[in-house]
Amino acid sequence: MRASLVLSRRDLDFLLHEWLEVETLAKRPRFAEHSRETIDAVIDLASRIAVEHFAPHNRTADEHEPHVVDGRVQLVPEVAAALRVFADAGLAAGTLDEELGGMQLPQVVAKAVTTWFQAANIGSSAYPFLTMANAHLLVAHASPEQVQTYVPPMAEGRWFGTMALSEPQAGSSLADITTRAELQDDGTYRLTGTKMWISGGDHELSENIVHLVLAKVPGGPAGVKGISLFIVPKHLVADDGSIGERNDVVLAGLNHKMGYRGTTNTLLAFGEGVHTPGGRPGAVGYLVGEQHRGLTYMFHMMNEARIGVGLGATALGYTGYLHALDYARTRTQGRPVTGKDPAAAPVAIIEHADVRRMLLASKSYVEGGLALGLYCARLVDEEQTAEDAADRERAHTLLEVLTPIAKSWPSQWGLVANDHAIQVHGGYGYTRDFPVEQFYRDNRLNPIHEGTHGIQGLDLLGRKVVMGGGAGLRVLAEAIAATTTRAAGTDWADLAADLDALTADLVRVTATLWSAGDVDVTLANASVYLEAAGHVVVGWLWLEQVLAAEGSTGDFYDGKRQAARYFQRWELPRVRPQLALLESLDTTVLRMDTGWF
Amino acid sequence: MNIVVLVKQVPDSGSERKLDSSDNTVARASADNVINEMDEYAIEEALTVKESQGGEVTVLTVGPGSATDAIRKALSMGADKAVHVTDDAVHGSCAVQTSAVIAAALQQLEYDLVLCGAESTDGQVSVMPALLSERLGIPHLSGARKLTVEGTTVRVERQTDGGYWMLESSLPAIVSTWDTINEPRYPSFKGIMAAKKKPVETKSLADLGVDPASVGLATATSRVLDFAGRPPKGEGVKVADEGDGAEKLVGYLAAQKLV
Repeated sequence: MRASLVLSRRDLDFLLHEWLEVETLAKRPRFAEHSRETIDAVIDLASRIAVEHFAPHNRTADEHEPHVVDGRVQLVPEVAAALRVFADAGLAAGTLDEELGGMQLPQVVAKAVTTWFQAANIGSSAYPFLTMANAHLLVAHASPEQVQTYVPPMAEGRWFGTMALSEPQAGSSLADITTRAELQDDGTYRLTGTKMWISGGDHELSENIVHLVLAKVPGGPAGVKGISLFIVPKHLVADDGSIGERNDVVLAGLNHKMGYRGTTNTLLAFGEGVHTPGGRPGAVGYLVGEQHRGLTYMFHMMNEARIGVGLGATALGYTGYLHALDYARTRTQGRPVTGKDPAAAPVAIIEHADVRRMLLASKSYVEGGLALGLYCARLVDEEQTAEDAADRERAHTLLEVLTPIAKSWPSQWGLVANDHAIQVHGGYGYTRDFPVEQFYRDNRLNPIHEGTHGIQGLDLLGRKVVMGGGAGLRVLAEAIAATTTRAAGTDWADLAADLDALTADLVRVTATLWSAGDVDVTLANASVYLEAAGHVVVGWLWLEQVLAAEGSTGDFYDGKRQAARYFQRWELPRVRPQLALLESLDTTVLRMDTGWF
Repeated sequence: MNIVVLVKQVPDSGSERKLDSSDNTVARASADNVINEMDEYAIEEALTVKESQGGEVTVLTVGPGSATDAIRKALSMGADKAVHVTDDAVHGSCAVQTSAVIAAALQQLEYDLVLCGAESTDGQVSVMPALLSERLGIPHLSGARKLTVEGTTVRVERQTDGGYWMLESSLPAIVSTWDTINEPRYPSFKGIMAAKKKPVETKSLADLGVDPASVGLATATSRVLDFAGRPPKGEGVKVADEGDGAEKLVGYLAAQKLV
């Protein structure tokens, strides 16, 4: 296959097979039906559909964003056509149990599949991935009857799903949501309120839309402890599974975004009486699990969702990098510093050192980000299917501590790769004649949604590294040490030594931060902590990659080694000043009076 | 309705393809090998006929061990079983020799209809269906853009430059298909998993009763004597626009007989 500008199959194969050895998962009962053959065939299928049906309308969907005609959301027809192909291929059901129509695909393979679609067209791919997250939550927490009603149609790609958490006045702070859910005599609930930023909230792409809605039952505890989770379908479902009455949830408006334009983003109104199911207003909802535990159920899905956002950020950075690389190889401009003869033919811009600097930086970010995302997805498989309970527990702890990094690091550095891709294109990169500007706009969402960068910093420093008496950070340090030990006697001993030293510094600085005696001081610079820890983690995964490439020769492996060297020489040195700032318990930002701005 | 589809694994036409300089045969070991793109249309057509008429679709390939990838692809699209003829002696065979091997394999199968792509993208000799027709003594309907089966009769629309011919024959017959005949389906997730369990029978020349000395490069009826890469792209022609750019451009295109 001609090298794709969507994603690198070669890199994916290296990471999945040569590094993560995903084929070994087939020894576990849940994955016994899988093999190298089926894994490769599934990725072949995904890459082909992504390239042939999703990438071609990426620009079209961006240029013709969703709009409302006679109360119905209109999208370019290519979106529905691509999603039909996706569903017909059975890709919507990847990791679900066979009995629910799924294929019990390992998470790490499923994430490799989704990365293809995210790189090809982040807007259109959001619909099935939101649906899968919705279905996974139901499988984990809903009643067997609810699972049977809602999950198979979603697995078949006939119904889509959403996550309705935020409200106009309450985004990051869910404690302040005001949507109410009142218990009815028949055990159902009636919801009233508005939900904001709901991706996929309304459209004509599917027969039904299953909203998972956070709301408060009157009389419950205040704050997040009073939040419950409800299934609110756009159309009520009859006992035989057929589409029934229209529920009282309606589109109140579309948000017009900088990127991700193929994904409808909506303000939804619940219980306004536009429709009257059962003869009266109020959106009919069905409680998932127990009252007041809604946020706990949502958080169950957070690791998976956050890894998915991180991989989406990597995917956009990756495709931007590949486009920039292709452009730099073919665009001629200028002559070498040492050969300025105007009669000589101009060289491809990749011949200029500064262009290679941007490409190499981008390569280190996107390949590092892909390694990070797939490593975390592999941990999900370990957490769920490792034979030994201690291994499952260890995987769980490591995943907990890595999740904020897996979400935020690619969101930050994948975006830098997109920035470099524009720069490599020069003036053309700033025009709409080339796709790199769209990749940048699309990727700009990722540091914001699914927990902002700032919230991820608070999660890492405030919660994850100190949970279980510091078990999170301890397990991470052990994992890094296990790799650096393997590097002894190789060409990478110096990188291993750098990582050992930085890890020790990170552990020490963490203790210093928590000894401040004032949690405001401890957490004031949490975003810096997140970035420093992120670079150490990705440096570690670069060491992992070059150790997996030991003894292998050829351009691909030499490229891996040079990117690892770049990360060591150019990127890891960023960490020490960050750690020094943190260790000084700097309060410059904290003490900045709001009136002084 | 038993349908046999001929499938070949070829170097990806989208990648750089090479000949092996030691014997001037296609360098398969180092290539990015895929199922011959044209064969996917034949598979799709076979599956469509099976869906309306019932029966079984068998995939038949001649090729090295790695050709199982092409077989699995066909099985994951929905074919029922496969026969893989693999034997080192076949290496370097010409179309005439290969047709003898395929014909021998077909004679061991029950078939009503044999389908194949119009050509393979590596050799592009495009004579296999005609050779098989001759060897098996069955009708050959080439270049189909449409195919229908009624009872023991097959009808095809043969695509031509100016339109089409309507052809008809009795079954069994061999039909080669163009890429205008259908839109091949993707393998499905379920199909990929099911393909693992579908039977693939491996046969050697001995199993087919073919004399190894009758095939292979040494006795091939045609062989590649020499080859060269495509010449590097030359410098383009620059047209300086001094107010007459369009005129010059049209003049250039006309001189090249492009307009």
